[in-house]
Amino acid sequence: MPNPVIHPRDPLPLIRDKALWMRRRAFRMVYEAQLGHPGGDFSVIDAMATLYFGVLRFDPAAPNWPDRDRFIMSKGHATGALYTVLQAAGYYPESWLDTYMQPQSMLNGHPNRTYVPGVETNTGPLGHGLPVAVGIAIAGQIAGSAYRSYVITGDGELQEGSNWESAALAGHRTLANLTLIVDRNRLQQGAGTEDTITMDPLDDRFRAFGWQVEIIDGHDHAALFRVLAAPVGNRSKPLCVIANTVKGKGVSFMEHKAAWHHGVPNAEQFALAMKELV
Amino acid sequence: MSHAAPQPAGLFDCREAWVKTLVALAEADPRIVTVVNDSVGSSKLGSFQTKFPDRLINVGIAEQTLVGVGAGLANGGFIPFVSAASCFLTGRALEQIKADVAYSNVNVKLIGQSSGVAYGELGPTHHSIEDFAWLRVLRNLTLIVPADPWETAEAVKWAAVHDGPVFIRISRMPVPDLAVPNRVFRMGQAEVIRAGTDVTIIACGTTVSFAAVAAGALAAEGIDARVLNMATINPLDEPAVLAAAETGAIVTVEEASVRGGLGGAVAEFTATHQPVPIEMVGFPGFVPTGSVEWLFDHFGLTPTGIAAAARRAVARKR
Repeated sequence: MPNPVIHPRDPLPLIRDKALWMRRRAFRMVYEAQLGHPGGDFSVIDAMATLYFGVLRFDPAAPNWPDRDRFIMSKGHATGALYTVLQAAGYYPESWLDTYMQPQSMLNGHPNRTYVPGVETNTGPLGHGLPVAVGIAIAGQIAGSAYRSYVITGDGELQEGSNWESAALAGHRTLANLTLIVDRNRLQQGAGTEDTITMDPLDDRFRAFGWQVEIIDGHDHAALFRVLAAPVGNRSKPLCVIANTVKGKGVSFMEHKAAWHHGVPNAEQFALAMKELV
Repeated sequence: MSHAAPQPAGLFDCREAWVKTLVALAEADPRIVTVVNDSVGSSKLGSFQTKFPDRLINVGIAEQTLVGVGAGLANGGFIPFVSAASCFLTGRALEQIKADVAYSNVNVKLIGQSSGVAYGELGPTHHSIEDFAWLRVLRNLTLIVPADPWETAEAVKWAAVHDGPVFIRISRMPVPDLAVPNRVFRMGQAEVIRAGTDVTIIACGTTVSFAAVAAGALAAEGIDARVLNMATINPLDEPAVLAAAETGAIVTVEEASVRGGLGGAVAEFTATHQPVPIEMVGFPGFVPTGSVEWLFDHFGLTPTGIAAAARRAVARKR
């Protein structure tokens, strides 16, 4: 029988501790591999720590438990965040993190569900996570199951048209069991999102597609917990949480810098970051 | 020993066998659902929709979401049959087929309808002759091209019980029942339609019955042609291809591009194991305007054209 994790009644202290550990551990992975996407890791870590230590129903010993809540990291390059949260949640030993992107590691630069327990679908190319999350939500709807489908996309990622096909379908089918978290850090690989393709008013766009929208500070654990843990209740629409975030959040020289999309630290930068992340 | 050459006894639309089989499977297994892109009519799924309205998911004209939703339904424990015109399913959603289905290795069944040049005069935008080349490199995606209604039904039944990604390519072009006695469907194994020792004609899908007729004509000239129905393109039946190479010459026949398809697969394997002259019958690339019948005739996907290719192959034997 599955034995789902039991979250504390007040999970905020645990979420805070885990988010700090994830930032330190993810940055060490990137430093040691000299590869990765730390800027985008740091913008989503607070949302992911909130999900895994306050919200999701899952059992790391039974990753295919049919009634589990599903989480999909659509911005598959944010593996520093994904692999640390899955490790902290108990899916595999910490020694796996030492192998990040090394030859034949389970931890490829983008997640592979056939290697890594807890990964629901292989992502990497953008615009793939939301359609799969919509399919999962439809499965729950047809089967009458109580599980929920959560997905994180980047904001620049929403330039991929597949997201809007799926957003229309989710609105049409009133998939209240679906929650999309948009990591709204306003930076994509090469420039600001609004300098690349205008995304605002992002909230109105989702409303027009039939979604309920919540706009929050994506680093505020209490706000994240409030919107993500709220029961579906009477809500009859899919939920879009626009999480306003800071790329590189938590490290002074990384914050708001597009260069840290896939920038990697030298020894001095690594040491400085470790001093700041306390 | 050979089976008897097939006797054309009426022509059939394989989509009828597809939907009849799927409905029967769905009656027995509530996990079976279909996913369509406004393609209920072209996939002949009307009877499925009537019986199981909640188990047909229409995503609208949105192929990337079509395939992604299929992967999500499989994650939720369903067995999705994702059915759409093959040209759009493969061309528009190739990255979803690669990443969400094949690389993720999930239990999704992709049904490419109205494949090849079935849309005739509508032209190359609507033809699906590139699909073999695009799909057969995805190693764990089983690629099946049934030749007649019986094989279509068997392939759908096999796909429903196989745990893993499958693509079945179904034509809307009427084909005869191959009427092979004592048939058993074996995924990944070529079916011997006619035994022969001078040359081997390896055909699939709509062209198998033409290959059988061609072999009859060749026999009258003293050329003893083996005919194989290579219904599974991936994984390729390598022992059957090796045995074909031992006849000294091979003709491949496919309602697809001659680049990268069945002919390409056979050539890759024989080149590295037992080089042998090969003639490839198929389409060279984007085709001119014409009906299905005209296109088949113009590019030699006919008994006459296949027999001519076999003579060329035999002439090249050392």
